[in-house]
Amino acid sequence: MSVIHAGRPTRRAPRGTEIASKVAVNGVLGLMALYTLIPLWWLFVSATKGSGYLYTGAPLWFSHFDLVANVRTVFSFEGGIFSTWLANSALYSLVGATVSTLLSAMAGYALSKFSFRGRESVFNVILASVLIPAPMFALPLFLLMAKLDLTNSYWSVLLPSCVSPFGVYLCRIFAAASVPDELLEAARLDGAGERRTFFRIALPLMAPALVTVFLFQFVGIWNNYLLPSLMLNSPSLQPVTVGLVQWRSEFASGVPPLLSITGAALSLIPLLVAFISLQRYWRNGLTAGAVK
Amino acid sequence: MSSPSSTRTASPPRPAPAVTPRVSPAGRPRRAGRRTAWTASGFLAPFAVLFLTMMVAPICYAIYQSFFTVHRAGLFGGAQSTEFAGLSNYADVFRDHDFLASIVRVVLLGCVQVPVMLGLALLLALLMDSRSARLRRTFRLAFFLPYALPGAIAAVMWSFLLAKSLSPFTGPLSHLGIDVDFLSPSWVPVSIGNMITWGWTGYNMLIIYSALQTIPAEVMEAAALDGCTGWRLAWAVKIPLVRPALVLTTVFSIIGTAQLYTEPAVLVGARIPGVSPKFSPIMNTTLGMDLGGQNLAAAQSVVLALLTLVLSFGFLKYTQRKGAMA
Repeated sequence: MSVIHAGRPTRRAPRGTEIASKVAVNGVLGLMALYTLIPLWWLFVSATKGSGYLYTGAPLWFSHFDLVANVRTVFSFEGGIFSTWLANSALYSLVGATVSTLLSAMAGYALSKFSFRGRESVFNVILASVLIPAPMFALPLFLLMAKLDLTNSYWSVLLPSCVSPFGVYLCRIFAAASVPDELLEAARLDGAGERRTFFRIALPLMAPALVTVFLFQFVGIWNNYLLPSLMLNSPSLQPVTVGLVQWRSEFASGVPPLLSITGAALSLIPLLVAFISLQRYWRNGLTAGAVK
Repeated sequence: MSSPSSTRTASPPRPAPAVTPRVSPAGRPRRAGRRTAWTASGFLAPFAVLFLTMMVAPICYAIYQSFFTVHRAGLFGGAQSTEFAGLSNYADVFRDHDFLASIVRVVLLGCVQVPVMLGLALLLALLMDSRSARLRRTFRLAFFLPYALPGAIAAVMWSFLLAKSLSPFTGPLSHLGIDVDFLSPSWVPVSIGNMITWGWTGYNMLIIYSALQTIPAEVMEAAALDGCTGWRLAWAVKIPLVRPALVLTTVFSIIGTAQLYTEPAVLVGARIPGVSPKFSPIMNTTLGMDLGGQNLAAAQSVVLALLTLVLSFGFLKYTQRKGAMA
């Protein structure tokens, strides 16, 4: 980004206006940063407060620092159900994102590198389903799963998570852009089978783009609330989103608020780590849809 | 909200049709064509099976169910009979006051929240792109941070953060003589709008900002030579050039508003009296289903899906036509 800025001709404005504009621009940016950060800061500070001190003292500053005990309570409450929820979230997101990325890659590759009758119609059906938001599918899916007695099982959340029409759409673009036809033809002439050609040549070439598809799907499943809350009754099957909301709703019946607050603060960590470590891919993915 | 699901631009980018050369060593193109179709369907099959069972079949089943109704002989279960009901479920959908009220409520909420959020996102993106901005990486991370908190958990956080007894905001405000309860019925729509704005402004800003970064340096040089700087540069050059990103984020937000569920549902779960359990249309359908009205819920789902499609397609078409005229 700095390249573009460096390339722009700099017409020297009078010194005074330049400072004023710097102050104004960064002031507004700073205000927005306060807006996004204050709630998270509050969440963190509250999670460190000793039980009984949540309602006393300054809401935005520490009092009776007791983070370790709070974390311990969260992980031991109701027989350690919180770690089960985190594990479930990880399971749904990892398996769902992995399978859906692989299936999307195969489908996108087929739609981009093979010409066959009906290809465009297939692609258009997939595109149309992208425009209907996922929650609209949740209730019909629940009705169908209930009919088949599949609700309240890992499969009821995992199977729907393995389909990503948007992933197919992205993979088609990526396959067209990053897998040269000549290379595929050369592989075929050398006698490589279709499966081998895909796994050994096309897939590695598409890999950087596939990380993006994986991330999108991972975050989508991790953040999902409606589908698992419809499908799953047993706490031991639920992901962390559904579980924490459950704790929050049992506030009146004796689940202390510090539990949900500390749990919420803890559940920020996994995605935060994923975002910061994979920032490069993440940004590329965002622009893929917008710029092309 | 998942949403990458709506990452589509006004003109859907079609990858250039990649024509596989049909010269196989054996030569006969027809056999090669059939072989290509066979191989392609092999690659498509796993996705197709799941797509058909997890997306197409449920929709078809919901449409099917929406045309039937269940009659119970006795009050407590007893003999049930399913009868074809024609369009009567759909008639009921449009007579259901709570459902219609929830649609109006969410449309009004969207009409205020979406422009505020996107205006803010555009402003921030332009400021980040201006020469005066400092600490760009830090700001970008700070703005994007709320996106790392799942919507449901963010709503749990806000349910405490806005509660009168805990909120760091009500105290200072009451010192200023403003006494508000953010979770009272009249404030709940504002609070929910705030939750969405908090969660998604940074995400939208990043999309617009990325589009700003792709504006060629020559365009900027030409504008600068013409003496176009500051706000005029933003208004006359930058904004028109990032139009696709603005269209994208708008469609995105329309779909996001239509599927509003998590935030109000969490507030209802948290037993906050100011929130109606039928706040949003999807809450109506899930609640209706819990009460045994499967067929009505199915009809409501179909109506909602169609409404959303009409809205987002309509907006796309509208902007395309405007784009063509401009």
